[in-house]
Amino acid sequence: MSTTPQLLTSVQTARFVAQGFLRLDGIVPGEINEKAIAALSAGMPGLPYGTPLSKAFAEGTFVRELFSLPLVSGAVQSLVGPEPTVDHHAVHIREPHEGTAQDLHGDAIIDVRPDAFDVQLMYYPHEVTPDMGGTLSVPGSHLRRVNETDIGRVQNLRGQTRLTCPAGTVVLVHHGIWHSGRRNDTGKRRYMYKVRLNPTVPQVRLWDTSDLHDPAVTAELNTHFPWYEPATARLEIYNRVLLWRALTGDDSFDIDYWVTRVSNRPTLGSHT
Amino acid sequence: MKQQVLVLYLASSALDSGVVGWSRYDGTGASRPTTGDSDEPPYETGLAALRDGWRLFQASQLLPPYPGHEYDTSFLKHEFLFEKLEG
Repeated sequence: MSTTPQLLTSVQTARFVAQGFLRLDGIVPGEINEKAIAALSAGMPGLPYGTPLSKAFAEGTFVRELFSLPLVSGAVQSLVGPEPTVDHHAVHIREPHEGTAQDLHGDAIIDVRPDAFDVQLMYYPHEVTPDMGGTLSVPGSHLRRVNETDIGRVQNLRGQTRLTCPAGTVVLVHHGIWHSGRRNDTGKRRYMYKVRLNPTVPQVRLWDTSDLHDPAVTAELNTHFPWYEPATARLEIYNRVLLWRALTGDDSFDIDYWVTRVSNRPTLGSHT
Repeated sequence: MKQQVLVLYLASSALDSGVVGWSRYDGTGASRPTTGDSDEPPYETGLAALRDGWRLFQASQLLPPYPGHEYDTSFLKHEFLFEKLEG
């Protein structure tokens, strides 16, 4: 089996920039899933903040095997570079018939870095059915600046994703994505294992850029989500353009002239 | 009298604009709404909620952006709170 990382394309990376997540359904083999469920049930050992990913998990552990899968290692390398550090990892369990869902939230604290982002890997070792409390996430919410559960009053948004997935699914999310562990209405425990990764190199053109000028890149970055207020949706595109400029190093990139128009300052010599 | 609260997030500051987000809080205890419990809003617009007997008791203010933060995005802007009272 090949272990060469399978890098993301520009179109896939643009989709991540627009949506704030990348889903890899059922990509983890059954033997790793079984090993994971046993390890998660027993409890995972602690890990010092900032441990290099290559040193964080011993040979033979399910986490090491998970990160060695070409699709996972390629996606991680494409988004946070070749040697990220592990911010932290955690086992998330939704107990059977747990009464309430988590408040909608963004993890950690408000994070306004314009030229860097962390990635959180969420791994589901078993099938998640509609009633099992699969993670709720809100596509396109990651660039909205909120602090943790301040958004908790909001229960539902048009176009939200209530995760259902086959066993062995991995979802990579931008640190800012709004999400929640939903109520588990079944008699089964629902596991999710999460690892937060910090980049250690500039996040510039880390993916396979051979399709960088494919029109589908712009189409992905221009994606509209049903929960956006139309006026704010324009600001979302503006902010995605800024992030794409940071990730590509191309300060001339724009969509529908949104950034160029409001940057035009002839008196400062900035007219394009 | 017990209060049921409906929160609607609308597409613009107009009360008859479309619903993009929603929440329910039930003071009667008859239901247990929670995060991520439905994919379809209870009403298509804020006005439709009024027509169904919900009483509007708060609407978010129209606040200009803070200087220097005109392009920032954050909470949904157009929040409307409604109530129904049950005896």
